[in-house]
Amino acid sequence: MISAKYKQAFTKGLIKENPVLRLVLGTCPTLAVTTAAINGIGMGAAATFVLVCSNVVISLLRKVIPDKVRLPAFIVIIAGFTTIVQMLVKAYLPAIDKALGIYLPLIVVNCIILGRAEAYASKNSVGLSALDGLGMGAGFTGALILMGGIRELLGNGTLFGLPHGAILAHPITIFVMPAGGFFVFGILIWLANQLSDRFEKDAARRDTSKNVCAACPSAAICHQGTAQSEEACAVGGAKGGQHK
Amino acid sequence: MDSPLVITSSPHLHCGMTTRGVMLDVLIALSPAAAASVLLFGWRSAAVIVVCVAACLAAEYLSRIVLKRPQTAGDLSAVVTGVLLAFNLPASIPLWQAVIGGAAAIVVAKQMFGGLGQNFVNPALVGRIVMMASFPDAMNNWITPLQGSAADAVTSATPLAVLSQGGSMNYSMSELLVGIRPGCLGETCALALILGGLYLIARRVISPIIPLVYIGTVFIMTWLLGQNPLVHILSGGLMLGAIFMATDYTTSPINKAGKIVFAVGCGLLTVLIRVFGSLPEGVSFAIVIMNILVPLIERATRPLPFGEKRRLRNEQ
Repeated sequence: MISAKYKQAFTKGLIKENPVLRLVLGTCPTLAVTTAAINGIGMGAAATFVLVCSNVVISLLRKVIPDKVRLPAFIVIIAGFTTIVQMLVKAYLPAIDKALGIYLPLIVVNCIILGRAEAYASKNSVGLSALDGLGMGAGFTGALILMGGIRELLGNGTLFGLPHGAILAHPITIFVMPAGGFFVFGILIWLANQLSDRFEKDAARRDTSKNVCAACPSAAICHQGTAQSEEACAVGGAKGGQHK
Repeated sequence: MDSPLVITSSPHLHCGMTTRGVMLDVLIALSPAAAASVLLFGWRSAAVIVVCVAACLAAEYLSRIVLKRPQTAGDLSAVVTGVLLAFNLPASIPLWQAVIGGAAAIVVAKQMFGGLGQNFVNPALVGRIVMMASFPDAMNNWITPLQGSAADAVTSATPLAVLSQGGSMNYSMSELLVGIRPGCLGETCALALILGGLYLIARRVISPIIPLVYIGTVFIMTWLLGQNPLVHILSGGLMLGAIFMATDYTTSPINKAGKIVFAVGCGLLTVLIRVFGSLPEGVSFAIVIMNILVPLIERATRPLPFGEKRRLRNEQ
């Protein structure tokens, strides 16, 4: 059971709670840097590093940080790690630094990182927080690479820096413009919602022992599956209280 | 019929106006301009029109299947979008690019927002803007009219492009009126477009408010700014946009006051883009921007119910 909990801490960030596509966090860097797939890798890796490190440190300090000043404290920790990343990227990958521009230092105010600190790392153990950061970072990186890949391929006719027009001779330039970014973003959100719904339905079908009525606001008056009237069921549509 | 007594629910009287009928009227009104475009730019413009209509119909048909909604390809609205999109393209446009424009118009601007009557901007203009952003070279390749169907067609700048670069006009008023000038294939022949507009007004498909106020605003504004107002109203896509695209039911205000505000806004934006902007032509952007403002215009011009006193602002 413990391993399942750890596994879930990691996997939920991939699709079900994907920070970009399901939680719609970190939209600004997502739209701004995804004009090429390689930028997605750079941005994703940098944000994942900051996310994992800050999650671990915040989780370690979660009993020390007073509740009233928790947000400034989180930001200080996140800013520290972002500064490290920025220095490393500037020193070893100047091309990536140039492509990401202002969005690299802006990882400090990336709402995915602050969001996970507030919602997860400040309430969970170090191990779980590290896995959560890793999963969320992987989901963020995956979404950025996917979006950057689609936009680069259709809008520029290249992929991962191949020569211009190598794959598509006549690219559709609007895809590398902001309007195209929003369009691809919307389509990917729709896809992620579809996938996530399907996973949930599959899981519900497999896990028949799980009581679907538990989360229902009318569970107390509905008597789980024994209710005679449909009106008692708040979810509606399902007969006799048992929802599909 | 067995019994003379027919029992139906209300309404019992209707004028017989259907979506299909309205769209058919618009198509009839567009046909003089289509004929003029073939005369001016040769068979290539007919090919562009056919490809755009086919792409829009296919996009409409397929997206309704994918979205699991009732089929609406038969109501001819996609055909109108296709013809309007084709009218907004240069005759030399590569046909595959026209297909992408048609798909963007129908799928992105229309079906993703729920189909006919739900689109928040004019689909044909979205198709044109997507293509202008994506294929800037092909979208600015203007063929000189009346040179048959030669493969190595001579190209030249449009009157508005000449004006915006500070050059002097070398087209006479009668040439502009008949459409003997480079431009999008359906926008050049002002005479045919006005003819179509008169037909639509006579059939009460559109009200004359938007076209008249839009063109009038452009005339007055360009005159005040020291330009030649006649050249401005006869060049570019103003006639096409004012008569056929700004009057789209879904994306224009319902009542008179709203229509006037909308049309004045379209005119002001068009002149601002033409005279002060970096683009030579601004009709499509002006109409799309005003389309987006329509919900606000509707709210500001909501009529007062009979007998109601106008409430003070702070009471609302």
